[in-house]
Amino acid sequence: MNVAATDLRGGYARGSDVLGGVTFAVAPGEIAAVLGPNGGGKTTLFRALLGELPYRTGAVTLAGRPAYVPQTDDARLDFPVSAHDVALMGAYGRTPWYRRVARADRERADAALARVGLADRAQARFGTLSGGQRQRVLIARALVQDSPVLLLDEPLSGVDRPSAVQIERLFGELQAEGRTLLVATHDVGQARAWPRVLCLNHGPVAFGAPAETLTTAVLRATYGDELVVLDGAGQAVTVSHHHHGHAH
Amino acid sequence: MLSSGIMQRAFLEAIVLGLACGPLGVWILLLRRAYAAESLSHAMLPGLVIAALAGIPLLLGAAGGVLVAAAGIALVARDARAGGDIGVAVVVSGLFGLGGILALSPDTPPRLGELLFGDLLGLTNGDLLAAAALALGVLAALAVAYRPLAATAFARHSARSLGVRPARTDLALLVLLALTTVAAVQGLGNLLLVALILAPAATALNLATRLPAILALAAALAALAGVAGLVVSYQLDIAAGASVALAAVIVASFGLLKPKLDMA
Repeated sequence: MNVAATDLRGGYARGSDVLGGVTFAVAPGEIAAVLGPNGGGKTTLFRALLGELPYRTGAVTLAGRPAYVPQTDDARLDFPVSAHDVALMGAYGRTPWYRRVARADRERADAALARVGLADRAQARFGTLSGGQRQRVLIARALVQDSPVLLLDEPLSGVDRPSAVQIERLFGELQAEGRTLLVATHDVGQARAWPRVLCLNHGPVAFGAPAETLTTAVLRATYGDELVVLDGAGQAVTVSHHHHGHAH
Repeated sequence: MLSSGIMQRAFLEAIVLGLACGPLGVWILLLRRAYAAESLSHAMLPGLVIAALAGIPLLLGAAGGVLVAAAGIALVARDARAGGDIGVAVVVSGLFGLGGILALSPDTPPRLGELLFGDLLGLTNGDLLAAAALALGVLAALAVAYRPLAATAFARHSARSLGVRPARTDLALLVLLALTTVAAVQGLGNLLLVALILAPAATALNLATRLPAILALAAALAALAGVAGLVVSYQLDIAAGASVALAAVIVASFGLLKPKLDMA
């Protein structure tokens, strides 16, 4: 298993765990959707896997330090760097403090940008790129990290169609390379397309293959009172989820 | 103008300080620490006054003052009712007031002006050497910290996954700020040194588009402001530290007139 957690409990404040006993295991070459409402624990789980958030109990197994792709609004638009500079940050972790970033890593950064379809924008200032392009640059940064495990926080929300197509194609390639992807999303349709899904809502709701896992009951438990639209067969197909968490 | 040792030392000090203050200021602005920069320099006033009273080197007084201020800010910030900015404001105003009381007491040698506004023309070789050593140390540390600073300032919440510790990076920047403040206080003064840290940096951020160019430009502009300020002060016979601060702000104003270019 590339990523596994057993009975992971912990969270932001003592006495109020955001993660209430999460257990799952994702094999090499598998993509798992991490599904849940805002505040349901998706980002908290990622932070625990990254070692940023000490968990109270439970165990985590990881095949190496995961690469993390944040939501685009974590990255500052006014920061004076090019797309290439950002991709190159993926090499920081393996560059000793007294060395320059290696030439091989500069080439990796170029290759990673080419892989996300931005070879011609390598020298563009990060802040001038579109939202979808910025997301792809952040993915290129994770590619340069060359980790067996990638954690992606809502990489497809608010992204233009060409970027989304490119990102989904890349996910397939990374799968074929035997990497493991955990993709936080609130889009149930997307989650159905991938081999595994983990439903979180202040604790584990369900984990497994989407066909068996994404039942109406599970989606209700995941999204609580948020709207569940049923198709003719009585199966939940869409969860309308307001991105900013306003009351409906 | 350059024939006297006094002016030679003043020019060297202004250039050396500029080279360190410019790039430091860029990081201070990128990590949004301008308020801390302003505050730390003001909060060391009691340390300076006590050093002047006791007749010990100002550098030591400045160092002690900064340490007390940092400890005070950390202590107050721990109280959830106060929090970061309020803690800084309370501690800094308190310390600056204490410095004022000490400085205006009848026993104090009449050097308050010198402490507040600096004395570029009163430097000894030893003063210059100490400031240069500190400034060069700060420059070297900034070069080493380039990658952690960039990763933290660009996308703080994902910096950890790149092997960077944002909290540690913040702390390192504040330590470098404190060292620079200590190095610059004798020449530029407690009230004015912030101008040389922030103004050239703001200009460089507006004029150049890539980080290495911005850092180099900020160093050059700060050194230029130092030299220009000294020349003006010599010609017009006005206070040196104030002229340097004004020159830095004038350079910044010109830079800010230019609309921002994007390297699309």
